[in-house]
Amino acid sequence: MPNSKKTTKTTKAAAKETKAQQTDTALKELESKSKRKNVLMQGNEAVSYGALDAGCNFFAGYPITPSTEIAEILAAELPKRGGVFIQMEDEIASICAITGASLAGAKALTATSGPGFSLMQEGIGFAKITETPCVVVNVQRVGPSTGMPTSPAQGDIMQARWGSHGDAPAIVLYPDSVKECYELTIRAINLSEKYRTCVILLLDEVLGHMRESVRLPDMENVRVINRIKPTVPPHWYKHYDENQKYLSPLASYGEGYRFHVTGLTHDALGFPTNKATEGAEMMERLRKKISYNIRDLVQIESHQLEDAKIALFAAGISARSAKAAVAIARSEGVKVGLLRPLTIWPFPDEAVRKMLQHVETVIVPELNQGQLIHEIKRLTKDKSDSNVIGLQRVNGKMITPNDILRKIKEVM
Amino acid sequence: MANIPQRVVHEYLRHDKKFPHVWCAGCSNGTVLGAIIRGIASLELDRNDIVMVSGIGCSSRMPVYVDFNTLHTLHGRAIAYATGIKLYKPNLKVIVITGDGDCTAIGGNHLIHAARRNIDLSVILINNNIYGMTGGQCSPTTPHEALATTMPYGNIEPDFDICQLAMGAGASHVARTTAFHTQEVQKMVVDSLTHPGFSLIEVMSICPVIFGRLNKKGGPAQMMKDLRDNSIPLTAVDKLPPEKVEGKIIRGTLRKEIQPEYCDVYADLVARVQNMGEDK
Amino acid sequence: MPKKVERAKMGMIIRDEDTPEKMEVEYTDVTDPGDSDSPVLIYYNWCKKCGICVAFCPTGCLGRRADGAPYVANPEKCIHCETCDRLCPDFAITGAKDR
Repeated sequence: MPNSKKTTKTTKAAAKETKAQQTDTALKELESKSKRKNVLMQGNEAVSYGALDAGCNFFAGYPITPSTEIAEILAAELPKRGGVFIQMEDEIASICAITGASLAGAKALTATSGPGFSLMQEGIGFAKITETPCVVVNVQRVGPSTGMPTSPAQGDIMQARWGSHGDAPAIVLYPDSVKECYELTIRAINLSEKYRTCVILLLDEVLGHMRESVRLPDMENVRVINRIKPTVPPHWYKHYDENQKYLSPLASYGEGYRFHVTGLTHDALGFPTNKATEGAEMMERLRKKISYNIRDLVQIESHQLEDAKIALFAAGISARSAKAAVAIARSEGVKVGLLRPLTIWPFPDEAVRKMLQHVETVIVPELNQGQLIHEIKRLTKDKSDSNVIGLQRVNGKMITPNDILRKIKEVM
Repeated sequence: MANIPQRVVHEYLRHDKKFPHVWCAGCSNGTVLGAIIRGIASLELDRNDIVMVSGIGCSSRMPVYVDFNTLHTLHGRAIAYATGIKLYKPNLKVIVITGDGDCTAIGGNHLIHAARRNIDLSVILINNNIYGMTGGQCSPTTPHEALATTMPYGNIEPDFDICQLAMGAGASHVARTTAFHTQEVQKMVVDSLTHPGFSLIEVMSICPVIFGRLNKKGGPAQMMKDLRDNSIPLTAVDKLPPEKVEGKIIRGTLRKEIQPEYCDVYADLVARVQNMGEDK
Repeated sequence: MPKKVERAKMGMIIRDEDTPEKMEVEYTDVTDPGDSDSPVLIYYNWCKKCGICVAFCPTGCLGRRADGAPYVANPEKCIHCETCDRLCPDFAITGAKDR
């Protein structure tokens, strides 16, 4: 609500017009203060500051362990910046509110955990089909159902891809450090604005709650992307008029572009259609928007893979254990490397195929009963899964470097 | 009250798009839409500042027909989307078009919380006592013992008094009328758009093809006559003996109070916090 | 709604006397809806023949054809009260003076 010019009906007009200057002075004063030094910061806190630095000015959420800190921090920080914070009545209301705010022009985000993430699925599908930018942060905990609220898990990876009914590709990012929590939140918001969709940021409980020392970059080196604004006048505006990269300019409510948005399958103007051609066109656009821009979307970390015979494939907190295991194994002369996806979906097929060519065995440590492993097996040439070994755990405990070392020794 | 001629109403419709509209013969959604447009036209609001949000159901097919910022959301969630829009841009006039099932069954939670917060939304609930779009299932306002495809032996459930429900949740402006009384609908729409807070307008409407046939209500004209004859103005209630009031639709403004509006309260919070920031 | 036969089998026998039977209708004495000096204009493309305007026309100016559609039976009776304008669910009729 950067410059909420009040309607005549409210009596507090006096306090309003200094609003714009207040926001600017508050922002300048905040910049000079502490956050830019080296600080011990919690993962959830880093997500909150990543959101703010990326220009998030609307948060709607609902309390749920282990993501509540994000709501609490933004409840304190957003009003200082003239942004909107609201605790809604449930997670469904939260995803709907941020989508509504985004249609009005906001950069909107919500944060939740497993149970809330399940409730949000229909709303996520609506954001995807209407191509409305927003970000959902899912700090995973042990499932299913209430599970272990304060213990880490990685069981929502497939839900992040297939959770909502029907086909619509997903953009899902997964950090593995507090600093990356900050960076990938900014990236998630940027990608949601650029690709006009709902981007999901996966964390796990450990990442959300652990503290690491981190120095946030100064604002001038933070790259912020805003949605493409339409240049044509309203009567030529098509809400889904894509350019060559299947990306399309996005107007907001209240700017003179009186467009229609619906969850029904729709034509380029946004009006509902049952015509097979228009339906196919819409679904193609949703698919190509991701598949056409794989290079821009996929981000991986390749760690000592060049000469590796055994490769580890892990994300999030499991990747931290994997890095330690690689270090120890290498010190004992074992050629082990790690491939870590920062972008889980779209899945980094190309990088995995390249790895599979020169690696004998792949070990996939993950805190679930086997999810990432299916994607690796999908990409093995002979489809035999002899050389793809899972290391799975769902008891709320993390996979330790020693667990991985033992598995490496078994496999050698 | 301003008499807005039909030709002005047509200026608000998206003609190139969708006419004749999708509603059945005699369905009062079209009549109510006409009254809503007349209310908006009489206020001469800037169309760019009007957002019409709806959920899923017969009445929720309304926004596509009008030339405003329009949003057709998920079943029951219109009010949640509207809350997001209104909070981010408080200068916009946000109108929610919803139905008895959409708003009080699946959407009940959002209704009571938006009412509690007193956020400035104009919720126009078109109550046809049935799930029409899906073919005639029982809704929270289907009359006791009435027929529905999911109550083939008569509805055994008691129904909601939606206005009491909203007032109980704290709505600051609640009114009820019927689709027959189009000028009352127009007036109440104007009231809701000028009322700085949560407004719920319940418009009792007819569903001749589904509810009407199932319950042998005698067709569109007869059902409209029933709305006219089975409703009494609020002002007449205490003048009439109880048996005259029993079972009648009571039309009128049941509550219209000024209470702190949520966007104002939030704007004050922002001002207060930013002043706190400067004092240090 | 399921066809009458299915409805009967489902035990839901509904006699809907209000729906006019399908029949051939010859348009003989109907004034042309576009006729400018007709007090009431009817746009038959949008009109769904619900009969509400005919039922509530206070002066009986409107009549109902066999297929249920309204027509201006007694033009002279129109008092331009616009009841038909307001009650029509299809925006398909106007009795307004300044139309």
